[in-house]
Amino acid sequence: MTDQNRIDRRFAKLRGEGRKALVTYIVAGDGGLQNTVPLMHKLVASGADVIELGVPFSDPMAEGPVIQRGHERALAGGASLRKCLALVDEFRQNDKDTPVILMGYANPIQRMGEQVFAEAAAEAGVDGALTVDLPAEEAGALNSFMAERNLRNIFLLTPTTTEERIGEITTLASGFVYYVSLKGVTGAGHLDLESVRDNLEHIRQFTDLPLCVGFGIKDGSSARSVSANGDGAVVGSVLVSAVGDAVDASAAEERVGEIVSEMRQALDQ
Amino acid sequence: MSKPGAIDFSTFPDASGHFGPYGGRFVSETLISALDELQAMYMSLKDDPDFVAAFDHDLAHYVGRPSPLYLAERLTEQAGGARIWLKREDLNHTGAHKVNNTVGQALLAKQSGKTRVIAETGAGQHGVATATVAARLGLSCTVYMGAADVKRQSPNVYRMKLLGAEVVPVESGSKTLKDAMNEAMRDWVTNVDNTFYIIGTVAGPHPYPQLVRDFNSIIGREARRQSLERFGQLPDALVACVGGGSNAIGLFHPFLNDTQVKMFGVEAGGKGLASGKHAAPLNDGIPGVLHGNRTYLMEDDDGQIIETHSVSAGLDYPGVGPEHAWLKDIGRVEYVTADDDEALDAFRRLTRTEGILPALESSHAVAYALKLAGSMSPEQNIVVNLSGRGDKDIFTVAAIDGIEV
Ligand SMILES: Cc1ncc(COP(=O)(O)O)c(C=O)c1O
Repeated sequence: MTDQNRIDRRFAKLRGEGRKALVTYIVAGDGGLQNTVPLMHKLVASGADVIELGVPFSDPMAEGPVIQRGHERALAGGASLRKCLALVDEFRQNDKDTPVILMGYANPIQRMGEQVFAEAAAEAGVDGALTVDLPAEEAGALNSFMAERNLRNIFLLTPTTTEERIGEITTLASGFVYYVSLKGVTGAGHLDLESVRDNLEHIRQFTDLPLCVGFGIKDGSSARSVSANGDGAVVGSVLVSAVGDAVDASAAEERVGEIVSEMRQALDQ
Repeated sequence: MSKPGAIDFSTFPDASGHFGPYGGRFVSETLISALDELQAMYMSLKDDPDFVAAFDHDLAHYVGRPSPLYLAERLTEQAGGARIWLKREDLNHTGAHKVNNTVGQALLAKQSGKTRVIAETGAGQHGVATATVAARLGLSCTVYMGAADVKRQSPNVYRMKLLGAEVVPVESGSKTLKDAMNEAMRDWVTNVDNTFYIIGTVAGPHPYPQLVRDFNSIIGREARRQSLERFGQLPDALVACVGGGSNAIGLFHPFLNDTQVKMFGVEAGGKGLASGKHAAPLNDGIPGVLHGNRTYLMEDDDGQIIETHSVSAGLDYPGVGPEHAWLKDIGRVEYVTADDDEALDAFRRLTRTEGILPALESSHAVAYALKLAGSMSPEQNIVVNLSGRGDKDIFTVAAIDGIEV
């Protein structure tokens, strides 16, 4: 492995302190492009460890209605992959430590070119990418361009991933592994804690990478329960919904700050 | 037969679902195991004599195959060149080629033991064909349809409901076929344990482009045999409209190794290629990734999928099956366009000269065939895939004519 990057350092630090990671997802440009960077700083100030910045896409197939609308709002406000990279660059002027991951779909990256993307992402201060519709079989090229730039490749494991694939995917994965807690789209509500626990224990046998759990996490207590057997929790839909419902940018920041602080406290209990 | 060194088209896709650089599987991890299962089941059944016999039985006795190969004499006379033969998929049960595929996938669904089927639909023909086989097998059925299409294809919406299906209007994005497909994928991810997704065209993740093609290839196998019977040789040219590309590949595939047979796929030119308001990714798109496969797409500089336009809902789709993308690149099939006006002219012309009311989708193929025939000689033969009947479109055409029906 190459040098540590921000993701590795952050998880090592949390492990040392015996704490769980709080991974927070917002859609870049949702609520106005000029308000995204302040919102990212607010996430950090309220206790987020990792920022997952959603790259808006016209056809976000894995998202539930809440995040779909976030993508639509962001696109209507002029967001694009290039602008997401510019936002991260701006964020880095005042935050050199918090890991930022781009979460999105394959086509905008393909359009930019995988190598160009990896270089531009590294340049902007991005630390890794999770491309929802790029399963292990199709991820080879992007993965190696990312690795050349010391960027991490985050992969999803799900309740339907077979034993054989868990082995294959965890060999390709770096940074951390994102365990999808349920069969469904983002924001769904049928979390099965027992199956999450069993699956995390099973995945542990394959990898030493940190395991973060996402989908269906709504508040401090669900964050705390799902991460009991993992290394962190990912929260998205409740934050995107807060941004969507807010009357203006400062109301959005305030509400997002409250939600994240509550989760931070629950995780640190 | 194919010469040494020539491509043997029957060997594609490869084991991972690629046609050259196109196809593959671009879906979220949750669906991979369901696709693996489907692929394993399909590979074990596709040459199984009992499965093949069951499929052939349903095609003969439920769908009403073989469909005729009809010589359109007056149309030929008007075009003033090659003879125009119509492969009459409009005469199938439910009125389009779509049922060839749903009958096949219904057999797979039954075999899988799943109790619920879902589908996406544009014109509503695939939704009707899915609701039909679901009714016949007693499976519960949900069909996703863009809200804009629900409006312009209302007769089919009601047909689906009569057949017992739930029709869900999709309000996101452009409210057309692509958004219906997104929503169907989301349903499938959520209900993958009990749900079989019947995709309606040769798009989607592997193995769908392959199995939908194979089920529709009955069109080309029959047309090949019928051509030899009726005019003693293979056709000089094949013409079919291309939305996702299932009726076209169904006609073309059994002829791909016959290199002397020319093939034309007709995309929706909408208001003209220059206007940007069309649905012709093979003519004016670039390769990208959508709905589980790599193919030509209509997209902007940022890789966002853009809205398409066509008078026919069934062609109003920004992507196209990956096999067509590959056939374009290697030059085996020529992809052309017919615009809205040309399609409407052909719709009226075929209705008045032959007493056959074609679907607006199929009218695009007829429009191009009329031009092509004029440039060929009277002893040559063109086979046009008349993929569906036009009853569903009379409200659209009436509205264009300013008439209330
Ligand atoms: C009659 C008819 N023809 C053609 C199409 C286009 O689909 P494909 O390109 O998959 O044949 C449709 C789709 O709804 C249709 O109803």
